[in-house]
Parts: sequence; structure tokens; C-alpha cells
Amino acid sequence: MSTEHEGAPTAARLRRLEEAVIEAGLTSDDELDSILEDFLANAKPINGARLIARAWVDDGFRRRLLSDAASAVEEMALPSLSVLRAVENTRHVHNVVVCTLCSCYPVGLLGPSPSWYKSEAYRSRVVREPRAVLAEFGFELDPGVEIRVWDATAEERYLVVPRRPAGTQALGESELAALVTRAGMIGTAAV
Amino acid sequence: MSDAAAPSHLAPGATVRCRAQDPSRHNRAPRYVQGRVGEVVELRRSQPLPGESLGGGGPAELTPVYAVRFAAAELWGAGDHSVTLDLWEHYLEEAGNPGAEENP
Repeated sequence: MSTEHEGAPTAARLRRLEEAVIEAGLTSDDELDSILEDFLANAKPINGARLIARAWVDDGFRRRLLSDAASAVEEMALPSLSVLRAVENTRHVHNVVVCTLCSCYPVGLLGPSPSWYKSEAYRSRVVREPRAVLAEFGFELDPGVEIRVWDATAEERYLVVPRRPAGTQALGESELAALVTRAGMIGTAAV
Repeated sequence: MSDAAAPSHLAPGATVRCRAQDPSRHNRAPRYVQGRVGEVVELRRSQPLPGESLGGGGPAELTPVYAVRFAAAELWGAGDHSVTLDLWEHYLEEAGNPGAEENP
């Protein structure tokens, strides 16, 4: 695995690429800046939370989210630049997401990733001893629950669909969305 | 991202080994699964092979990518969880019956 994210050489290389594309008359600095600003301004965990809440209240949507997440994201007009794969927690299975090679993450739906997600400790340990790592996050999983770790090594970005908490039958979709946390959608918390 | 699909040769349920490899170019098969045996869970969409797409020789060939699940015991010798990775077909070889190999 890479040890540190060395930004400078990559940034320089990216800049050379940008300059080549701009020189070819395909885009401009202003256009690139505004695309990035728009994307990042809208990239927040509430996007993912809205997907989860909709899945909890609408079973048809839940099935679409699990089988073809891109169509579900499009249906709710949420920002996503990546190929999404939603994985659902059940009574018997708990999912947790990592990128051991770098820090791949569904930024459009969860916002910028937390620093621990990019840390060597999380990336190297969660594939080896996930139950212990979850416990360190204060999340004690029932010993009978199977843990599935998803290492995002290709284009797919993973989103965990947490279980709907008990006693929330009376809540509406936006109240439910407020219960869903970023950690829940990475899999390091129950919800 | 293209929606084109390259022909795939591995079906869900197939037992596969991730090849040990040390290419000079970019590669996205983490060391911890190289040489290890897992099971194909599902086919992902075809993607250009990493490294080849950096070659500057035109569009890289699309290659099938599979979600492959490895048991913790296979990876680490202990543990009851599994780890699933998305791996390009070039990284994989059919492994037949791994049980027979481990207990000759």
C-alpha cells in the first residue's frame, strides 16, 4: 500500500494535463474551477442520508438502490461522479468499506472523507481485524453477525445501507435522513 | 466511463486465485490478496486495465472486473469475516478446488 499521499508531484502532473486540455481549446480554467466548486459545494453526507432514508420508506427504491445504484442516485438528482454500489446491512450481515490502496470514497454522496479513512492504521487494520476496529469506534457488533469488508480497488465506490433503527416507524423521510451518519454509511457505526 | 462490456470468462461462484505479480506499472491488486484463493461474487462493468491506460498508446482495452470474496482465514490465517475486492480478469486464474491443494 502507499504510505503517504504525496500531493505535489501528482498536482504538478495534473496541472500539466489541465494545461494541455486548455491549450487544445477544450475547456478553460474558469470552467474547470466552476465544475469543481459546484461539485464540492453539493458533496455532503446528507446526500447519502437521503438515499438511505428513501430506501427505508420505499421498498421499490431500496431494491433499485441495491441492484442499480446509479439509477437511484439519478432519480433523486444527487451528485455522484463515481460508479456506485450500495451494500445493505441485515440482522446477519454487517458491511464496512475501505480503500487499502489509496482513499477511494463516494465523495459526492458523503462529502470529503474523514482523515481516519485515509490513515494507514484504518486501511491496514480493517481488512485484518474489522471487529476490533469497529469496537474502537465504539461500535460493538453482536458476535453472531458476519462482517463483510469491501475494499474499493477498482471504479466502484461503496455505500453501506444501515439497518433502520427500531422505534422509528412514526418518522418521516427527512427525519429519518437526519438519523443517518457518515460513519454509518462507511460501516463504522450502526446508523 | 464506457458501458461497453468485454467478454467475461468467470462466472459467479468460480474459485479463483489472484496471481502474484510485480509489474513495473500501476497495478490495483493489493499484495495481501496476491496468491490467495477467493470466490467470484459478481461481474462488475468492464474497465481499462490500470497501467495500460497510462501508456499513451490510445484507448486501453476494456477488461472484465469481478467482485471477488476472500475468507479472512485464507488471507490472514484467522478471523471469521470476509474481504471483497474488485479485481480485473488479468489478475485472476481459475483455482479449481483449493481444499484439495491445502490437504493433499
